[in-house]
Amino acid sequence: MGRKKSPVSEGILKGEFFMSGDIACAEGALSAGCRFFAGYPITPATEIAERMAERMPQLGGVYIQMEDEIASMNAVLGASWGGLRAMTATSGPGFSLMMENLGLGIMTETPCVLVNVQRGGPSTGLPTLVGQGDMMQARWGTHGVYEIIALSPSSPQEFFDLTVRAFNLAEKYRIPVLVMADEVVGHMTERVVIPEEVPYFPRRKPNFPPGDYSSFQPGEDLIPPMANAGEGYHIHVTGLTHDERGYPVTDEITQERLVRRLVEKIRGYKKDIIILEEKGVEGAEVVVCSYGISARVGLWAVELARREGIKAGMLRLLTVWPFPQERIREVASKVKAFVVPEINYGQIALEVERSTGGRAEVIPISHMGGGLYEPEDILKAIRKAAR
Amino acid sequence: MKRLEVKLAGFGGQGIILAGQIIGQAAVLFDQKNAVLTQSYGPESRGGACSADLVISEEEILHPLVIKPQVMVVMSQEAHDRYASELAEGGMLLADADLVPLLARRTKKRALLAIPATRLAEEVGRRIVANMVMLGSFTALTGAISVEAMKRSILSLVPKGTEGLNLQAFERGYECGKRLAADRRERSIEAEA
Repeated sequence: MGRKKSPVSEGILKGEFFMSGDIACAEGALSAGCRFFAGYPITPATEIAERMAERMPQLGGVYIQMEDEIASMNAVLGASWGGLRAMTATSGPGFSLMMENLGLGIMTETPCVLVNVQRGGPSTGLPTLVGQGDMMQARWGTHGVYEIIALSPSSPQEFFDLTVRAFNLAEKYRIPVLVMADEVVGHMTERVVIPEEVPYFPRRKPNFPPGDYSSFQPGEDLIPPMANAGEGYHIHVTGLTHDERGYPVTDEITQERLVRRLVEKIRGYKKDIIILEEKGVEGAEVVVCSYGISARVGLWAVELARREGIKAGMLRLLTVWPFPQERIREVASKVKAFVVPEINYGQIALEVERSTGGRAEVIPISHMGGGLYEPEDILKAIRKAAR
Repeated sequence: MKRLEVKLAGFGGQGIILAGQIIGQAAVLFDQKNAVLTQSYGPESRGGACSADLVISEEEILHPLVIKPQVMVVMSQEAHDRYASELAEGGMLLADADLVPLLARRTKKRALLAIPATRLAEEVGRRIVANMVMLGSFTALTGAISVEAMKRSILSLVPKGTEGLNLQAFERGYECGKRLAADRRERSIEAEA
């Protein structure tokens, strides 16, 4: 990731704080150079909007409370084409409403960040309580053929760090990036250290004059440079299948060329995009694979299992999409089983199972939401798998 | 210090969440410990049940939620009635004596301590600082956080212009807590003798 300094650093917090995850997310966005937020308040993501409403005017940025989440996502796409780093934040019901325009963002290769602080669903479900039921919606919620990037933080500090990373990945790969947090991480308050400087990947601008520019002409790396509206370049942006100029050409050949590239520009860079945290995976018999707040409880269970002499390890997904199937497959050939705790009825567990190719057993641990596992629940599964 | 779980409970408007933030921030920023604060509250901003849960530890905190609190600070009868039975064995419950007239039955394994917090707060000027009195007693009775860290944390989180009042309330609570701690030591020495 680029190490350039963010162009604006005045008014950005630095130092050590006792800060909630939602606030850390907002501050992470500001540190990453985000200067546009459009959203509609929804528990448990409201504090992000609230913080942005307070902070954006201080930093010369724009905060807009839109009429709903459909409009919020659209405003974010527009702001990005206008040249700003833009984001929105929501939860379950709002995430559903954003799905259509998320697809527009993918099709138009618009860098932006969409944060989902997950609560219990379906529908209005449990507004103030935790869930992780939107992980597959993150992957497949908008229609059509595509790849997506989704990150999942396990602490307020990581909510800060991964929000910064989300902005940089969005610019690097010209794609909306999802930060899939959860109510516990969003609302819990903990130590957050904001560094002097955060990684900054600047917009990929065309390095040739306006006359030669086609808004969707990719370089060899499959990613087209992006001219902002109003910089003298001719740009045309549509959700329809389009050619390199951005003009609609709705035929099979153009679709093949465009959509294959949209998929390949992510699949081809999985090594750069995916980050995992592994603890004691080498030599383990049972590996707990999890993400977000569930991973944190999972790690405790792993430590309890080790105290009992069980060879247990932890593989934590900081990047959930694209899925690290290659690494899971590698680990699968050396372990007896994966234990996958998540606050849903088995979503990422299915991905783990698919990735193992039958080389290891996969034990999902499901929780319908509204609370967390106790470590004992996961420990029991580890014990059983180790036998 | 190993994992210490603390639950603060009362109703919205008493500064329960603020009290949680003060303890957590004191632990993290001024005592170099780890702390996680979580909270639950109803849809009401005032009057509804509310609680702040804290986990404090010198080690990394993996499970962020309070499972079995060792220390409980209750500032309403409702909060006492709802949570008192969850107190861990060997745990300590601090109740505002004026707001929690009916304390659960004392047992050998659990200490139930009445702090005249509202009365002491009124003595220093305003009953709204009863939460600071409770924080003072909490600090004296648990020893979980240093007095210095608590005071710095209070100064950075209370509204400007109210620092003196809040610190005074904290001091009164601290003195009260110290006296109770001394009484408890005496009684346990008598019991042994």
